[in-house]
Amino acid sequence: MKNQGTTNRPDNTAFDQQRLPAWQPVLSAGIVIPGFLLVGLAFIGIGVALFVTSRSIQVLENDYTGTGSSVHCSECVNPKTTPCTCQLNFSLSALFQGPVFLYYGLSNYFQNVRGYGSLRRPSSSCAPYQYDQNTTIAPCGSVANSMFNDTFTLYQLVNATRKTVPLDGKGIAWWTDYNIKFRNPPEVDGSLAAAFNGTVKPVNWPKPVYDLDPTNPANNGFLNQDFLVWMRTAALPDFWKLYRRITEGEYASGLPAGNYTLEIQYNYPVANFAGRKSVIFSNTSWMGGKNQFLGIAYLVTGSLCVVMSAVMLIVYAKFNSPDEDF
Amino acid sequence: MLRWMREQLGFDPPHQSDTRTVYIANHFPQHGHYVPQRFADNRIISSKYTVWNFVPKNLFEQFRRIANFYFLIIFLVQLMIDTPTSPVTSGLPLFFVITVTAIKQGYEDWLRHKADNEVNGAPVFVVRSGSLVQTRSKSIRVGDIVRVAKDETFPADLVLLSSDRISGTCHITTASLDGETNLKTHCAVPETAVCQTASKLEGLQAMVECQQPEADLYRFVGRLTVKQNEEEIVRPLGPENLLLRGARLKNTREIFGVAVYTGMETKMALNYKSKSQKRSAVEKSMNTFLIIYLGILLLEATLSTILKYAWQANSQWDEPFYNRKTEQEKNSSQILKFISDFLAFLVLYNFIIPISLYVTVEMQKFLGSFFIGWDLDLYHEESNEKAQVNTSDLNEELGQVEYVLTDKTGTLTENEMQFRECSINGIKYQEINGRLVPEGMTDDLLGESSPHLSSEEELFLKAVSLCHTVQISYDQTDGLGKSFPQANGSSPHMEYYASSPDEKALVEATKRMGVTFTGIKGENMEIKTFGRLEKYKLLHVLEFDANRRRMSVLLQAPSGVKLLFTKGAESSILPYAISGSIEKTKLHVDEFAMKGLRTLVVACRRFSSEEYEEVDRRLHEARTALQHRDERLAEAFDFIERDLELLGATGVEDKLQEKVQETIEALCLAGIKVWVLTGDKQETAVSVSLSCGHFHRTMNILELVQQKSDSECTDQLRKLARRIREDHVIQHGLVVDGVSLSLALRGQEKLFMEVCKSCTAVLCCRMAPLQKAKVVRLLKTSPEKPITLAVGDGANDVSMIQEAHVGIGIMGKEGRQAVGNSDYAIARFKFLAKLLLVHGHCYYIRIATLVQYFFYKNVCFITPQFLYQFFCLFSQQTLYDSVYLTLYNICFTSLPILVYSLFEQLVQPHVLQSKPALYRDISKNSLLSMKTFLCWTLMGFGHAFFFFFGCYLLMHEDTSLMGNGQILKANRLMFGNWTFGTLVFTVMVITVTLKLALETHFWTWMNHFVTWGSIAFYFIFSFFYGGILWPFLHTQDMYCVFVELLSSGSVWFAIIVIVISCLVPDIIKKVFYRHLWPTSTQMSQLIEGDSGVSCVDSMCCFSEGERQHSWVGQAMERTLGRWDPTRISRSWRTSDPFYPSDRSILTLSSMEASHC
Repeated sequence: MKNQGTTNRPDNTAFDQQRLPAWQPVLSAGIVIPGFLLVGLAFIGIGVALFVTSRSIQVLENDYTGTGSSVHCSECVNPKTTPCTCQLNFSLSALFQGPVFLYYGLSNYFQNVRGYGSLRRPSSSCAPYQYDQNTTIAPCGSVANSMFNDTFTLYQLVNATRKTVPLDGKGIAWWTDYNIKFRNPPEVDGSLAAAFNGTVKPVNWPKPVYDLDPTNPANNGFLNQDFLVWMRTAALPDFWKLYRRITEGEYASGLPAGNYTLEIQYNYPVANFAGRKSVIFSNTSWMGGKNQFLGIAYLVTGSLCVVMSAVMLIVYAKFNSPDEDF
Repeated sequence: MLRWMREQLGFDPPHQSDTRTVYIANHFPQHGHYVPQRFADNRIISSKYTVWNFVPKNLFEQFRRIANFYFLIIFLVQLMIDTPTSPVTSGLPLFFVITVTAIKQGYEDWLRHKADNEVNGAPVFVVRSGSLVQTRSKSIRVGDIVRVAKDETFPADLVLLSSDRISGTCHITTASLDGETNLKTHCAVPETAVCQTASKLEGLQAMVECQQPEADLYRFVGRLTVKQNEEEIVRPLGPENLLLRGARLKNTREIFGVAVYTGMETKMALNYKSKSQKRSAVEKSMNTFLIIYLGILLLEATLSTILKYAWQANSQWDEPFYNRKTEQEKNSSQILKFISDFLAFLVLYNFIIPISLYVTVEMQKFLGSFFIGWDLDLYHEESNEKAQVNTSDLNEELGQVEYVLTDKTGTLTENEMQFRECSINGIKYQEINGRLVPEGMTDDLLGESSPHLSSEEELFLKAVSLCHTVQISYDQTDGLGKSFPQANGSSPHMEYYASSPDEKALVEATKRMGVTFTGIKGENMEIKTFGRLEKYKLLHVLEFDANRRRMSVLLQAPSGVKLLFTKGAESSILPYAISGSIEKTKLHVDEFAMKGLRTLVVACRRFSSEEYEEVDRRLHEARTALQHRDERLAEAFDFIERDLELLGATGVEDKLQEKVQETIEALCLAGIKVWVLTGDKQETAVSVSLSCGHFHRTMNILELVQQKSDSECTDQLRKLARRIREDHVIQHGLVVDGVSLSLALRGQEKLFMEVCKSCTAVLCCRMAPLQKAKVVRLLKTSPEKPITLAVGDGANDVSMIQEAHVGIGIMGKEGRQAVGNSDYAIARFKFLAKLLLVHGHCYYIRIATLVQYFFYKNVCFITPQFLYQFFCLFSQQTLYDSVYLTLYNICFTSLPILVYSLFEQLVQPHVLQSKPALYRDISKNSLLSMKTFLCWTLMGFGHAFFFFFGCYLLMHEDTSLMGNGQILKANRLMFGNWTFGTLVFTVMVITVTLKLALETHFWTWMNHFVTWGSIAFYFIFSFFYGGILWPFLHTQDMYCVFVELLSSGSVWFAIIVIVISCLVPDIIKKVFYRHLWPTSTQMSQLIEGDSGVSCVDSMCCFSEGERQHSWVGQAMERTLGRWDPTRISRSWRTSDPFYPSDRSILTLSSMEASHC
């Protein structure tokens, strides 16, 4: 039996009695209709701003695959013509607002398949590009092996002479990739090449990793900016990757109107997987790159909200007894 | 353990003989070839685990669960083959789930261990080498002589050896075993009864042979062999010699007994029912949903595998130059590859099965059930009992009850007989303040004059105080302190024990009126009439039996006159009465019965000495007759109990419990059908049924009683069915008795159920315990499979309580049997209303949303992963990082739903209680119907499409995200696949959390904390996770991804627009439904919402006076007005739930008011 002395009486606290003070919102018309209206209007405003901004961003895209509808570089399609250089001419009728970014684009290219990056388990394994005749490949793996190796040079045609537009290849990769995540092996006797002793270049590469950028010895090894950009595998099969920025000299404020020639060292084969290559000039705005989607999405959502609040108002007016006081 | 014991006992006969031989005090015979039998020790083990077997046994139990086993398989698959995610992703959540469950089960088992230890460690006195030794209960061995003192419980099944009485008798109550509260007399065999001290017992050379343990409480066969002076005396032993563990010694100072069955072999332990697992309707639908999701999973995996191979048929996708296959991949066989691909997809999508669902549900139930025990409204002040939860698995089932089957005595009534009225010599009396007051006179008129009784009155009172078989227990120590209503008596320590509560009530009543029965001394019955002691010599007792329906005592009065007092049902006494005011008494008896009182008629007969000699002779002959003893006894009784002088009649009230009527009314309004099942006779049952509002006066009462044969019963049933069909306007009530019920069930089960279901109220009387269970089973298995709830307080209700979906025990006077076997125990019937209408409602809504939400959030989680396969050549590339995969269910989205499922209140408790009709909103498992489930699942898919394609379009369009650009303070942006996945994940976590926020109606600070905290935690965690190069990870894929992601302006814009556009349709849907097709639940939310008063926990809050009251009135009027249009639009409803709910506000709000 229970001891009479101790009481079983439960505590009378708000928690025990499930009586905690609580906010109990009800989705009533009084809140929802003005709420929707406000959100809708705000979204429409943002949407217009985004849309207009996006429209102001210039994009110049040129496919240079050389097959199909692309007329550029068709002379280089045959894989036997190596090395092959082709030219792509274009003219700007107005100033291309700077800073201008130069991208290369690949489509139908699945950088995201499992097993392409170092995603195959055990993840330390770089198979099938770990060893080349029993010598370690550096850098190993499929991603590194398939690094994009077309090169671009941009000339402005001034009075029928070609004037090189300086392309800035610094700082195109993630800061953290360059400074923290990737590391070169310690130099031996001040030579990077010696540090890579005992390794061989990836099978598809024409030159070893310590020799990627002959113009700038600091831009070699695993810290080569193009290499870092390539190593960040794209999420979707159609992707652009940043190649260079145009930030120097008289082109810092953009590309002035005029005729230009882009000289392309055509190396990278895409025909065997029906891929396409393109080169893109673009600039950015406060909201990022050109992006019609965001503006449209905001506009659609915003107008939906406004329309719905109107519909709700009608429904409430119609299906409500008049003495209702929401 | 128990099962093991049983197997050992029941299914292992070859090793054991049919009997066990117990040497008292373990004096084994000296001759050599005796092999001691092995017996179990006296430990009671109700716990499931020990420290040693906890881990393996618990793991085994847990993996017997389909879901856990499934995840184990997935985990093993991940270990064995090359799958896209690391084994950690499913191993860690599994480990988490298993650990949490193990902790919970371990805690519960620890509680059981504690309880066991308390029982097993209780001090007992054992005779060892001639003296009393104190030891622990668990160390009692078979053969030990145990001493038990007064009011102690027996620690093992003992054969009584001796008591402090010379006769060797003792009194016990077995309330905790079978619920019978009367005193039972047990006795010892004369040879051992003389051994009243420890030293004498030590010298006893005796042995007990008895059957092996069995569960039947009332069967015991054995014999006792005592060696006295080189001579062996054999005595038979029966149940009257056996003291069962759990019973309590009463009225006797001490006894000695020898332990014959110990520990798990005692009859009490063998009667422990291993509680069958009851599973709630919610759990069943949960399993259905799981299977559907398993189907979706298999479908997605198969589809992906097929598509993968279709895609790879084209070589340009199979092996582009940039992604050559490894040697291993090239060489493995096609079939193996196919299988391993399928398994890999299975692993990839496996999170669609919500792994933490079970553990969350379990936590929710476990933690949530505390609220029932904590509820002050379920606390009964007088008995100091709060509600008790024995199974937390059924909380939500309380919200689904369709049938309540209730016992009558002790459940609807107090089981506390109160003398109310009597009729003496044709005059009706009432008891007022312990005095008999004739009808028409008030207490004031009587004045303060000393009580004076007329001779008729005195004789009547004496008759009542002498004609019974009540026993008395004198409590010197007052150790129990039970508050039996004898406080105003002369001796506060005197307690009456009676097998019939009516007798007890009568004796107590006469005591209050001045005629006190003080006990039986020797052969005399003693009463004190206003302090004057009178001794009546007890000559004979003519016991009660069901055929005669009366009992008598033959006494010799102090004056020497020999008297017969008879008491019994009016039908068995009035025909034999020859004098007294028979007609008037008859009228009064009918009047009493109409009031619902239990009636008894009292008569007497005086014998001359010649007559008495004749009577004595006949009785003696009959009692000693060897043949046809029963018939001859009946004959003799008939000879004696005639020519009676009618003294009067008594009316005893079995008081209805408080607010039974309101409770039953509320249950009816909630759409619950109430059936009363009682062992009582029809008239009493019907009158109680009427007085508690189960039957109304306006109801058409149909009867199916006293059917003799199958055909008769069928005819009657057909007749009843026709009447119901013809007359369906009026409500019907049905009365069935046990015999007719079994007839009806034998032949016409369907017809019977049909009749029952069309009746608003059903009353089954004269029911045996097993019949009660049968009725429950019948209801349960009928085609609609309604959810049943059984309420009862006595041992006779146990079978019904165990059979029903939910069993409720009432903590009554009839022992703890029902409470122990119930799922929930409450102190009073009236608490049922709150338990069902408030707790049941809340728990159901909580768990239903919990289940739906879990499936929803996992669809949201995995579908983007599935969609991503279309963009990565079905290469099983994961969209999310492993850590996110792992933590999604156990960290980022687990707490808000848990807190929601603990605290959500769609409607405030007081509204739920005052408007029982709200209960109908959730009936038939409506929140977990296929439709709502599909709704949630489709919404999950929809949201997932939004997440994925929103992010896809963003990435696809945005030049700066596709490549990288220099925006906003020279940040370099380039979105790799991990950035993309993280973006989708971020949107998902926010949306899924906000979706729950939309569902939440009751925002306590905890909801705020976990909701916003979860989102904040996700961000903080991601910064942290991406901010460090983790040394133990192979890949540093996520390094800085999150920071880079959030540094893009367009990402923020995208997150906002995707989240909002996911939620907007949902809000629109909710608003329109709420406005156009509101449920009554939502309407009652409006009442609250309008009020804006946060303290409206009960009507008590409006104590300030009329202003608020009129305000409540206005609010109600407004809501009534508001309901009008909706009623029109919902005219398809046959029974309008709104009117009754209105009335219920009126009827029950007064209840609320009086409550505080």
